[in-house]
Amino acid sequence: MTDEKPLIELERKIEGGDFQSAGDVSSELKRILQQIGFPPSFSRRVVIAAYEAEMNVVIHAWRGVFRAWIFPRYVHIEVDDEGPGIPDLELAFQEGYSTAPPHIREMGFGAGYGLSNMKKCSDRLEIDTRVGEGTKVTMDFFVRDV
Amino acid sequence: MTLREVKEILEADVLACEELLDREPKSACGSDLLSDVLAFTRENSLLLTGLTNPQVIRTAEMSDLIGIVFVRGKRPEPATIELAIMKKIPLLATRLPMYEACGRLYMRGLRGCSEVE
Ligand SMILES: Nc1ncnc2c1ncn2[C@@H]1O[C@H](COP(=O)(O)OP(=O)(O)OP(=O)(O)O)[C@@H](O)[C@H]1O
Ligand SMILES: [Mg+2]
Repeated sequence: MTDEKPLIELERKIEGGDFQSAGDVSSELKRILQQIGFPPSFSRRVVIAAYEAEMNVVIHAWRGVFRAWIFPRYVHIEVDDEGPGIPDLELAFQEGYSTAPPHIREMGFGAGYGLSNMKKCSDRLEIDTRVGEGTKVTMDFFVRDV
Repeated sequence: MTLREVKEILEADVLACEELLDREPKSACGSDLLSDVLAFTRENSLLLTGLTNPQVIRTAEMSDLIGIVFVRGKRPEPATIELAIMKKIPLLATRLPMYEACGRLYMRGLRGCSEVE
Protein backbone atom coordinates (compact mmCIF):
# COMPACT_ATOMS: atom_id res chain seq x y z
CA MET A 1 0.00 0.00 0.00
CA THR A 2 1.01 3.62 -0.45
CA ASP A 3 1.00 6.30 2.31
CA GLU A 4 -1.55 8.22 0.25
CA LYS A 5 -4.85 8.73 2.11
CA PRO A 6 -7.64 6.43 0.90
CA LEU A 7 -10.95 7.90 -0.29
CA ILE A 8 -12.80 5.23 1.68
CA GLU A 9 -11.94 2.43 4.09
CA LEU A 10 -14.39 -0.42 4.50
CA GLU A 11 -14.31 -3.03 7.27
CA ARG A 12 -16.94 -5.76 7.58
CA LYS A 13 -17.32 -9.09 9.37
CA ILE A 14 -18.02 -12.31 7.49
CA GLU A 15 -19.66 -15.29 9.22
CA GLY A 16 -18.77 -18.82 8.15
CA GLY A 17 -21.77 -20.85 6.98
CA ASP A 18 -24.08 -17.81 6.79
CA PHE A 19 -25.48 -18.13 3.26
CA GLN A 20 -28.21 -15.60 3.99
CA SER A 21 -25.77 -12.69 4.18
CA ALA A 22 -23.11 -14.18 1.90
CA GLY A 23 -22.26 -11.64 -0.77
CA ASP A 24 -23.47 -8.59 1.18
CA VAL A 25 -19.95 -7.25 1.67
CA SER A 26 -18.99 -7.54 -1.99
CA SER A 27 -22.31 -5.99 -2.93
CA GLU A 28 -21.60 -3.00 -0.69
CA LEU A 29 -18.12 -2.69 -2.19
CA LYS A 30 -19.61 -2.72 -5.67
CA ARG A 31 -21.98 0.11 -4.77
CA ILE A 32 -19.11 2.19 -3.40
CA LEU A 33 -16.92 1.63 -6.48
CA GLN A 34 -19.81 2.59 -8.76
CA GLN A 35 -20.51 5.75 -6.76
CA ILE A 36 -16.89 6.83 -6.98
CA GLY A 37 -17.11 6.31 -10.73
CA PHE A 38 -14.44 3.71 -11.47
CA PRO A 39 -14.54 2.24 -15.01
CA PRO A 40 -17.10 -0.63 -15.03
CA SER A 41 -14.52 -3.17 -16.23
CA PHE A 42 -12.29 -2.26 -13.28
CA SER A 43 -15.10 -2.46 -10.71
CA ARG A 44 -16.17 -5.77 -12.20
CA ARG A 45 -12.84 -7.51 -11.67
CA VAL A 46 -12.44 -6.09 -8.14
CA VAL A 47 -15.93 -7.16 -7.15
CA ILE A 48 -15.68 -10.65 -8.67
CA ALA A 49 -12.41 -11.30 -6.82
CA ALA A 50 -13.87 -9.86 -3.59
CA TYR A 51 -16.93 -12.10 -3.90
CA GLU A 52 -14.79 -15.23 -4.49
CA ALA A 53 -12.76 -14.35 -1.38
CA GLU A 54 -15.88 -13.60 0.67
CA MET A 55 -17.50 -16.89 -0.40
CA ASN A 56 -14.36 -18.84 0.47
CA VAL A 57 -14.67 -17.58 4.05
CA VAL A 58 -18.40 -18.40 4.18
CA ILE A 59 -17.82 -21.87 2.69
CA HIS A 60 -14.46 -22.98 4.05
CA ALA A 61 -13.74 -20.97 7.22
CA TRP A 62 -15.42 -20.10 10.52
CA ARG A 63 -15.37 -16.33 10.50
CA GLY A 64 -13.41 -13.53 8.94
CA VAL A 65 -12.89 -9.83 8.46
CA PHE A 66 -13.03 -8.12 5.08
CA ARG A 67 -11.12 -4.85 4.68
CA ALA A 68 -10.87 -2.63 1.63
CA TRP A 69 -8.90 0.57 1.09
CA ILE A 70 -10.10 2.52 -1.92
CA PHE A 71 -7.75 5.05 -3.55
CA PRO A 72 -8.45 7.16 -6.65
CA ARG A 73 -6.67 4.71 -8.99
CA TYR A 74 -6.07 1.70 -6.79
CA VAL A 75 -7.91 -0.72 -4.49
CA HIS A 76 -6.32 -2.84 -1.76
CA ILE A 77 -8.28 -5.72 -0.19
CA GLU A 78 -7.46 -7.97 2.78
CA VAL A 79 -9.66 -10.90 3.79
CA ASP A 80 -8.46 -12.45 7.01
CA ASP A 81 -10.17 -15.54 8.41
CA GLU A 82 -10.12 -17.92 11.35
CA GLY A 83 -10.51 -21.36 9.88
CA PRO A 84 -8.85 -24.62 8.90
CA GLY A 85 -6.20 -22.99 6.70
CA ILE A 86 -5.00 -24.44 3.40
CA PRO A 87 -2.54 -27.34 3.75
CA ASP A 88 -1.36 -27.39 0.10
CA LEU A 89 -1.64 -24.01 -1.62
CA GLU A 90 -0.36 -25.22 -4.98
CA LEU A 91 -3.04 -27.89 -5.06
CA ALA A 92 -5.72 -25.41 -3.92
CA PHE A 93 -4.88 -23.16 -6.88
CA GLN A 94 -5.41 -25.97 -9.39
CA GLU A 95 -8.59 -25.41 -11.38
CA GLY A 96 -11.07 -28.12 -10.50
CA TYR A 97 -9.60 -28.85 -7.05
CA SER A 98 -12.15 -28.35 -4.29
CA THR A 99 -12.87 -29.77 -0.84
CA ALA A 100 -16.40 -28.31 -0.82
CA PRO A 101 -18.94 -30.82 0.57
CA PRO A 102 -22.02 -31.97 -1.40
CA HIS A 103 -24.48 -29.44 0.09
CA ILE A 104 -22.18 -26.60 -1.05
CA ARG A 105 -21.87 -28.10 -4.54
CA GLU A 106 -25.65 -28.25 -4.75
CA MET A 107 -25.70 -24.47 -4.40
CA GLY A 108 -23.39 -24.18 -7.42
CA PHE A 109 -20.09 -23.63 -5.61
CA GLY A 110 -17.15 -25.99 -5.38
CA ALA A 111 -15.99 -26.01 -8.99
CA GLY A 112 -12.50 -25.19 -7.75
CA TYR A 113 -12.11 -22.05 -9.84
CA GLY A 114 -12.25 -19.40 -7.11
CA LEU A 115 -8.57 -18.98 -6.31
CA SER A 116 -7.42 -19.01 -9.93
CA ASN A 117 -10.13 -16.51 -10.81
CA MET A 118 -8.98 -14.24 -7.97
CA LYS A 119 -5.48 -14.40 -9.44
CA LYS A 120 -6.80 -13.62 -12.91
CA CYS A 121 -8.91 -10.65 -11.75
CA SER A 122 -6.32 -9.03 -9.48
CA ASP A 123 -2.97 -7.41 -10.27
CA ARG A 124 -1.35 -8.91 -7.18
CA LEU A 125 -2.52 -11.78 -4.97
CA GLU A 126 -0.85 -13.03 -1.83
CA ILE A 127 -2.05 -15.79 0.48
CA ASP A 128 -0.77 -16.46 3.99
CA THR A 129 -2.22 -19.54 5.57
CA ARG A 130 -1.64 -21.61 8.70
CA VAL A 131 -3.27 -25.00 9.06
CA GLY A 132 -5.68 -25.01 12.00
CA GLU A 133 -5.52 -21.21 12.39
CA GLY A 134 -6.65 -19.38 9.30
CA THR A 135 -6.00 -17.76 5.97
CA LYS A 136 -5.27 -14.21 4.87
CA VAL A 137 -5.85 -13.17 1.28
CA THR A 138 -4.34 -9.86 0.10
CA MET A 139 -5.18 -8.43 -3.31
CA ASP A 140 -4.27 -5.25 -5.19
CA PHE A 141 -6.03 -3.77 -8.18
CA PHE A 142 -4.73 -0.89 -10.33
CA VAL A 143 -6.80 1.13 -12.76
CA ARG A 144 -5.11 0.50 -16.10
CA ASP A 145 -5.14 3.24 -18.66
CA VAL A 146 -7.33 2.31 -21.59
CA MET B 1 -32.34 -9.91 -29.30
CA THR B 2 -34.24 -8.39 -26.36
CA LEU B 3 -35.24 -10.23 -23.20
CA ARG B 4 -38.82 -9.91 -24.43
CA GLU B 5 -37.88 -11.99 -27.48
CA VAL B 6 -36.06 -14.45 -25.22
CA LYS B 7 -39.31 -14.82 -23.28
CA GLU B 8 -41.23 -15.59 -26.50
CA ILE B 9 -38.66 -18.03 -27.87
CA LEU B 10 -38.45 -19.97 -24.60
CA GLU B 11 -42.21 -19.70 -23.85
CA ALA B 12 -41.09 -18.39 -20.49
CA ASP B 13 -42.84 -16.77 -17.54
CA VAL B 14 -41.50 -13.53 -16.10
CA LEU B 15 -40.77 -13.78 -12.36
CA ALA B 16 -39.11 -10.41 -11.79
CA CYS B 17 -38.50 -7.04 -13.45
CA GLU B 18 -40.96 -7.24 -16.34
CA GLU B 19 -40.26 -3.53 -16.95
CA LEU B 20 -36.66 -4.30 -17.92
CA LEU B 21 -37.38 -6.73 -20.77
CA ASP B 22 -36.16 -4.25 -23.39
CA ARG B 23 -32.62 -5.05 -22.34
CA GLU B 24 -30.50 -6.77 -24.97
CA PRO B 25 -28.02 -9.41 -23.86
CA LYS B 26 -24.77 -9.32 -25.87
CA SER B 27 -24.15 -13.03 -25.31
CA ALA B 28 -25.33 -15.93 -23.17
CA CYS B 29 -24.05 -18.82 -21.10
CA GLY B 30 -25.61 -21.95 -19.64
CA SER B 31 -24.16 -23.25 -16.39
CA ASP B 32 -24.94 -24.80 -13.02
CA LEU B 33 -21.54 -23.83 -11.61
CA LEU B 34 -21.38 -20.35 -10.11
CA SER B 35 -17.62 -19.93 -10.13
CA ASP B 36 -17.69 -21.03 -13.77
CA VAL B 37 -20.06 -18.13 -14.39
CA LEU B 38 -17.83 -15.77 -12.38
CA ALA B 39 -14.72 -16.88 -14.29
CA PHE B 40 -15.96 -17.10 -17.86
CA THR B 41 -18.97 -14.91 -18.57
CA ARG B 42 -18.83 -11.46 -20.10
CA GLU B 43 -20.65 -8.43 -18.76
CA ASN B 44 -24.15 -7.87 -20.20
CA SER B 45 -24.67 -11.61 -20.74
CA LEU B 46 -27.76 -13.69 -20.14
CA LEU B 47 -27.41 -16.68 -17.78
CA LEU B 48 -29.39 -19.90 -18.22
CA THR B 49 -29.24 -22.10 -15.13
CA GLY B 50 -30.94 -24.82 -13.12
CA LEU B 51 -29.76 -23.24 -9.85
CA THR B 52 -32.37 -21.24 -7.94
CA ASN B 53 -30.75 -20.11 -4.66
CA PRO B 54 -30.07 -16.42 -3.90
CA GLN B 55 -26.34 -16.78 -4.65
CA VAL B 56 -27.30 -17.01 -8.33
CA ILE B 57 -28.52 -13.41 -8.11
CA ARG B 58 -25.36 -12.40 -6.22
CA THR B 59 -23.26 -13.97 -8.96
CA ALA B 60 -25.24 -12.13 -11.63
CA GLU B 61 -24.84 -8.88 -9.70
CA MET B 62 -21.06 -9.23 -9.36
CA SER B 63 -20.63 -10.26 -13.02
CA ASP B 64 -22.87 -7.48 -14.42
CA LEU B 65 -25.23 -9.99 -16.07
CA ILE B 66 -28.33 -8.67 -17.78
CA GLY B 67 -30.86 -11.35 -16.82
CA ILE B 68 -31.39 -14.96 -15.72
CA VAL B 69 -33.45 -17.80 -17.18
CA PHE B 70 -34.30 -20.74 -14.91
CA VAL B 71 -34.55 -23.90 -17.03
CA ARG B 72 -36.38 -27.25 -16.78
CA GLY B 73 -39.32 -25.84 -14.82
CA LYS B 74 -37.29 -24.80 -11.77
CA ARG B 75 -38.82 -22.08 -9.63
CA PRO B 76 -36.67 -19.99 -7.29
CA GLU B 77 -37.31 -19.41 -3.59
CA PRO B 78 -39.05 -16.12 -2.68
CA ALA B 79 -35.75 -14.81 -1.26
CA THR B 80 -34.16 -15.22 -4.69
CA ILE B 81 -36.93 -13.25 -6.40
CA GLU B 82 -36.81 -10.49 -3.78
CA LEU B 83 -33.06 -10.06 -4.23
CA ALA B 84 -33.45 -9.96 -8.03
CA ILE B 85 -36.03 -7.19 -7.78
CA MET B 86 -33.74 -5.25 -5.46
CA LYS B 87 -30.79 -5.67 -7.83
CA LYS B 88 -32.91 -5.02 -10.95
CA ILE B 89 -32.10 -8.35 -12.56
CA PRO B 90 -34.96 -9.73 -14.70
CA LEU B 91 -35.88 -13.37 -14.06
CA LEU B 92 -37.51 -15.73 -16.57
CA ALA B 93 -38.58 -19.35 -16.08
CA THR B 94 -38.99 -21.91 -18.85
CA ARG B 95 -40.08 -25.55 -18.86
CA LEU B 96 -37.45 -26.36 -21.48
CA PRO B 97 -34.39 -28.32 -20.39
CA MET B 98 -30.98 -26.60 -20.53
CA TYR B 99 -29.84 -27.96 -23.89
CA GLU B 100 -33.02 -27.07 -25.69
CA ALA B 101 -33.33 -23.62 -24.14
CA CYS B 102 -29.73 -22.77 -25.09
CA GLY B 103 -30.19 -24.33 -28.54
CA ARG B 104 -33.26 -22.26 -29.35
CA LEU B 105 -31.55 -19.01 -28.43
CA TYR B 106 -28.37 -19.93 -30.26
CA MET B 107 -30.30 -20.78 -33.42
CA ARG B 108 -31.86 -17.34 -33.30
CA GLY B 109 -28.44 -15.74 -33.18
CA LEU B 110 -27.61 -15.23 -29.49
CA ARG B 111 -23.91 -16.12 -29.27
CA GLY B 112 -21.86 -17.66 -26.47
CA CYS B 113 -19.70 -15.61 -24.10
CA SER B 114 -16.46 -16.83 -25.69
CA GLU B 115 -17.63 -15.83 -29.16
CA VAL B 116 -18.18 -12.12 -28.62
CA GLU B 117 -15.74 -9.22 -28.32
N1 LIG C 1 -10.39 -19.26 3.24
C1 LIG C 1 -10.14 -20.59 3.11
N2 LIG C 1 -9.99 -21.37 4.21
C2 LIG C 1 -9.75 -22.69 4.10
N3 LIG C 1 -9.63 -23.34 2.91
C3 LIG C 1 -9.76 -22.62 1.78
C4 LIG C 1 -10.03 -21.22 1.81
N4 LIG C 1 -10.10 -20.78 0.54
C5 LIG C 1 -9.88 -21.85 -0.24
N5 LIG C 1 -9.67 -22.97 0.50
C6 LIG C 1 -9.35 -24.33 -0.01
O1 LIG C 1 -8.90 -24.24 -1.35
C7 LIG C 1 -9.77 -24.98 -2.22
C8 LIG C 1 -9.88 -24.28 -3.56
O2 LIG C 1 -10.50 -22.99 -3.40
P1 LIG C 1 -11.28 -22.34 -4.63
O3 LIG C 1 -11.87 -21.07 -4.18
O4 LIG C 1 -10.37 -22.31 -5.81
O5 LIG C 1 -12.40 -23.43 -4.96
P2 LIG C 1 -13.74 -23.75 -4.14
O6 LIG C 1 -14.03 -22.66 -3.17
O7 LIG C 1 -13.62 -25.12 -3.58
O8 LIG C 1 -14.82 -23.76 -5.30
P3 LIG C 1 -15.32 -22.48 -6.12
O9 LIG C 1 -14.54 -21.29 -5.65
O10 LIG C 1 -15.06 -22.81 -7.55
O11 LIG C 1 -16.78 -22.39 -5.79
C9 LIG C 1 -11.08 -25.10 -1.47
O12 LIG C 1 -11.86 -26.18 -1.87
C10 LIG C 1 -10.58 -25.24 -0.02
O13 LIG C 1 -10.13 -26.56 0.22
MG1 LIG D 1 -14.01 -20.63 -3.80
